Amino acid sequence: MSDTIAFTLNDRPVEATGISPAMTLLDWLRGPARLTGTKEGCAEGDCGACTVVFERLSSSGARICEPVNACLVMMGQVHGCAVRTVEGLRGRDGAPHPVQIALAEGDGTQCGYCTPGIVMSMYAFVAGGEPPEPTLLHDALAGNLCRCTGYRPIVDAMARVAGHAADAAPPPAAGSVTGNAVLMHGATRFDVPATMAGLLALRRDHPDAWLLAGGTDLGLLVSHDRQIPARVVHVARVPELQALVLEHGRLRIGAAVTYARLLPFLEGPLAPFGAMVRRLGSRQIRALGTIGGNIGTASPIGDTLPVLLALDASVRLRSAARGARLVGIDDFFTGYRKTVLAPDEIIEAVDFEVPLHGDIFQVDKVSKRRDQDISTVLGAYLLRVEGGIVRTVRLAFGGMAATPARALRVETALLGQAWTEATIERAAAMLGEDFQPLDDWRGSAAFRLTVAGNLLRRLYMRASRPDLVVEIDQL
Amino acid sequence: MSGADPDTARGTAKGGVHSPQRHDSALKHTTGEAIYIDDMPEPAGLLHAALVLSPVAHGRLRSLDLAAVRSAEGVAAAVTAADIPGPNDIAPVGRDEPLFAETLVEYAGQPVAAVAATSLDLARAAAKRAVPDIEPLPPILTIDAALEKGSLLAPPSVLARGNVGQAMASAPHRLSNSFRVGGQEHFYLEGQVALAVPGEDGDLVIHSSTQHPTEVQHVAARVLCLPYNRVTVSVRRMGGAFGGKESNASWVAAVAALLAWRSGRPVKLRLPRADDMVATGKRHGFLYRYEVGFDDDGRVLALDATLAANGGHSVDLTPGVLTRALTHVDNAYWIPHIRCTGFACKTNTVSNTAFRGFGGPQGVMLMEDAISRIAHALGKTPEDVRAANFYGEGSNDETPYGQKVEDNLIRRCVAQAARDAAWDQRRAEIDAFNRASPVVKRGLGMFPLKFGISFNIPSMNQAGALVHVYSDGSIRLNHGGTEMGQGLFVKVAQIVAEVFQVDLDRVRITPTSTAEVPNTSPTAASTGSDLNGWAAFAAANTIRQRMAAFAASHFDVPEDAIAFRDNHVQVARPGDNRTMPFGELARLCHQSRVSLSSTGFYKTPGLHWDAAAMKGRPFFYFSFGAAVAEVAIDTLTGESRVLRVDLVQDCGRSLNPAVDRGQIEGAFAQGLGWLTCEELWWDGEGRLRTAGPSTYKIPGSRDMPPVFNVRMLEDAPARAATIFRSKAIGEPPLLLATAVWTALKDAIASVAGHSVPVILDAPATPERILMVVQGLRNRSGELPSS
Repeated sequence: MSDTIAFTLNDRPVEATGISPAMTLLDWLRGPARLTGTKEGCAEGDCGACTVVFERLSSSGARICEPVNACLVMMGQVHGCAVRTVEGLRGRDGAPHPVQIALAEGDGTQCGYCTPGIVMSMYAFVAGGEPPEPTLLHDALAGNLCRCTGYRPIVDAMARVAGHAADAAPPPAAGSVTGNAVLMHGATRFDVPATMAGLLALRRDHPDAWLLAGGTDLGLLVSHDRQIPARVVHVARVPELQALVLEHGRLRIGAAVTYARLLPFLEGPLAPFGAMVRRLGSRQIRALGTIGGNIGTASPIGDTLPVLLALDASVRLRSAARGARLVGIDDFFTGYRKTVLAPDEIIEAVDFEVPLHGDIFQVDKVSKRRDQDISTVLGAYLLRVEGGIVRTVRLAFGGMAATPARALRVETALLGQAWTEATIERAAAMLGEDFQPLDDWRGSAAFRLTVAGNLLRRLYMRASRPDLVVEIDQL
Repeated sequence: MSGADPDTARGTAKGGVHSPQRHDSALKHTTGEAIYIDDMPEPAGLLHAALVLSPVAHGRLRSLDLAAVRSAEGVAAAVTAADIPGPNDIAPVGRDEPLFAETLVEYAGQPVAAVAATSLDLARAAAKRAVPDIEPLPPILTIDAALEKGSLLAPPSVLARGNVGQAMASAPHRLSNSFRVGGQEHFYLEGQVALAVPGEDGDLVIHSSTQHPTEVQHVAARVLCLPYNRVTVSVRRMGGAFGGKESNASWVAAVAALLAWRSGRPVKLRLPRADDMVATGKRHGFLYRYEVGFDDDGRVLALDATLAANGGHSVDLTPGVLTRALTHVDNAYWIPHIRCTGFACKTNTVSNTAFRGFGGPQGVMLMEDAISRIAHALGKTPEDVRAANFYGEGSNDETPYGQKVEDNLIRRCVAQAARDAAWDQRRAEIDAFNRASPVVKRGLGMFPLKFGISFNIPSMNQAGALVHVYSDGSIRLNHGGTEMGQGLFVKVAQIVAEVFQVDLDRVRITPTSTAEVPNTSPTAASTGSDLNGWAAFAAANTIRQRMAAFAASHFDVPEDAIAFRDNHVQVARPGDNRTMPFGELARLCHQSRVSLSSTGFYKTPGLHWDAAAMKGRPFFYFSFGAAVAEVAIDTLTGESRVLRVDLVQDCGRSLNPAVDRGQIEGAFAQGLGWLTCEELWWDGEGRLRTAGPSTYKIPGSRDMPPVFNVRMLEDAPARAATIFRSKAIGEPPLLLATAVWTALKDAIASVAGHSVPVILDAPATPERILMVVQGLRNRSGELPSS
């Protein structure tokens, strides 16, 4: 047990002592560390002003730079990591980093408050060696809000510096922690188990402890709501939870696999899932957020959940007392943010069959803003149509009920019927029987029902007359 | 000539006016070294403050128990209205807004108390322990409810000309319509923050993120019952403001000042984002109703309009916002008979305030709506109807408030934008696309702009500056304007460099302070560089003239033999020309006891305004522009996207084209957000439920048009005597985003083959667009089928 959090900050080893392991990295940087370049804009992971970069080496030895929101990261999560902030970008000669120069010279700053975060997102983008294609530039900036510039000079500066500034950055620092870690200070104990057995024992003995994976949701309790947890169990270092395997046509995703790691697997028949995940949060969120977290949080607007419902996924749960059990995703959600997870259980993994060639698999996300927005309605659909007849159908929606849910009456109206416009119209009319959505700031009940019906119409049009359905983001 | 010429740049040194200069802090921004108030080293004994906010929108505050707050860990002071030594009044104009609610709470989020503790977390935890006992009263939450109940902040204001009744009655055609536009959260990235540090005798230094240091000084002094000379307010830079740190910064600073006075210790109040969003004012939402009479050519003969603004619970700056809205209803159009009635509605919501454009953006939407309706009624294009109504040159050129539109650039801007946009060709392409595309529809929209520059209150149009030349020739510049990211500081420094013909880097920019330049106006209404630029010019020119006079006498030549050129001073003496470095002359001046420090002062000439009659000359000049926008909508989901924008903005002769381009693009983005994705949503109890960026969506980088052609109108020096013939730039381009709204309406109208007029309230969220599309489909019986 230790009250020392050891990590690498801007290439130098740091030992932070006398602080709560539940303190946010942002508060630590701006407070005890007096590194005020990193700004607080919202403390809810949406504005990106606090963006810093986690650096690590991949298994093949390549450097991976991932931007994260420092406001959502607890200091316990930083233990053993390498962090770079805007203060750590200057070269050995003290010269500013090429991205800092490019942004300044390109008139990419006005008030300057979002700028350090934007610089760090640019740095991660450039370090990743990505080409300066508009789609990728916007992907990389989706987690950073700027209220002054209108972004054009930022995007231009980023495009200019892409590809040829990676070498100028200092090499990543090594940082690794092995074995269980226990960090403790003040009212908070922060466990980082390294084995499944260790995790299950902690879960059994402390069922009220916060189970922390990426912290993109839980971190809000600390950053935004200023809660002080008594006990946190950080699950990300348990190897079984990091499994990511595609075999025999099934994809198995460990609960602590981040969206960033998952994305390369969401291609081919799963491309519609991947396209949606690219709009889930931002790069900062996807670097931390996990599929297990999304399932465990069980929000009615959790973006992956309708997809998992459409794909008929199985959730593997595990406890020390009873070992593993499999629960079908249909049975997993029991009410608003409620699941079948027992107090001593953890989510180990989720797996599903990859759609077959010829299956109709689509995912639609409707939100006020294209990027980094919570869905008003999210629809995911998997159908098999053989000989013009709908043979299997699973249609799931988020934002339509207290849980993510399948449209069972609509499915019934489609199953075994001819795959025609008239059928889809009849089926869409059943949505009101499946769902009685709420009015809220993301949309009225009437809008949700209307748009969900139209998504079904679009599903049909895309499948039957793809030439008529232009996507506005491809114009 | 010993003075500098304010019309023509000489440009012998680096970084003078008209050159594209980077923001002075650009590299500090990108390295994280630029210091904002929350980044300043914390003074010893600093306390952190937190607010206690009303959870209800309207109610009687029966009691407020702070015992648990005061006994909480780390708490050094807790204050309510009863602890204010002076008047409990923070109103900028009227006298109706308390710092802390006393007996009546009037909006959810209204401060009722504040606490200072040894750490921010302790302060916020303590604030949660306050127990306000509030007897709820029925709240008025909407403009409609306020109008129905006659709940107004001021008597209605009327801007009128001619005989509307008669002209309307005799007009060949008449139509009427109603629509509405929402408010807007500023969402400056740096939230409201102030640090108050008590000094000797209880004097206070306040570091405040404010556009209006003088008002912070006045409000803090008022609540503490101090003369103004005991309070000094300073700000080096803000992390964005947009009008949101004009009046709202004052009460945040006043809370910090009150707690500092009470505790005798330095106090910092930094609002968490959610508090900032519920407790500080926003752009006014508007409801419009109008009737318009017109002839067969689409010429408007009469307009009778009502504009009702949601002022929130207190006056704040609402009368000014409403006045600007009313004086911008005409926009680019000559309307012979007009009556615009403005209602400042009092509701139980946060008091709405200044926001870039200050009512202008709301005002100009009315005629755009009318024009699209007239065009529909007559089977004409909106472009033809617009052209039939533009202000004339030499005739039909008087605004409803009596000011002539001189220097009319409307047609020039519109023609240029249409040319840049290849309007005719793309109009045809888009119509063809829409005929073939059942789901996605494209639309094309235009917007012409005329925007009045000056504060509507003539007395506010003044500014001061203070320039020192040190004996080494380095220059220190201070003025009453504040830097919020808009590049004011570098522009004013360019003017000073231009006066002395020295390189820009010789001019040191310094924080705005009420101790250096007193009695200032806010940095607002786009006037920052117009006013402060002239004041700094005057200060620098006074010193230059003294230096020239000294040099003339020292070298025994006439003053016109002295020239300032490329960091040097030239003395032309027959047969004995000499040149000395600027610093050398400064040293000689000091040796010879010549003052090298001067204030400068400027007041905009020729302004007058009769607020009761709504007549006069409120604006020094007009700024013009035009924009063409192309959008696409998905008629199944209501999602939209801006595909291309071509805009033309009149900048006069730009002081700094790099900064001005940034202002144009950024303002356009902000207008785009206001009209599309930014939606404020209050629940039935009057609580703002979009109180953070997770729920309140400002545009992201992907929301900007992939083709965005920005043109500053060439060869258009200001006709008014502006500094170096430049024009204001802060607000006008925000209004150009109205073209996106007109384009969205065009795209929607295509769903029904332009056979049905479209009413589209803003913000045009996917929901609003889809619901209008569905309505059209239901009326026209057309479905998006294959």
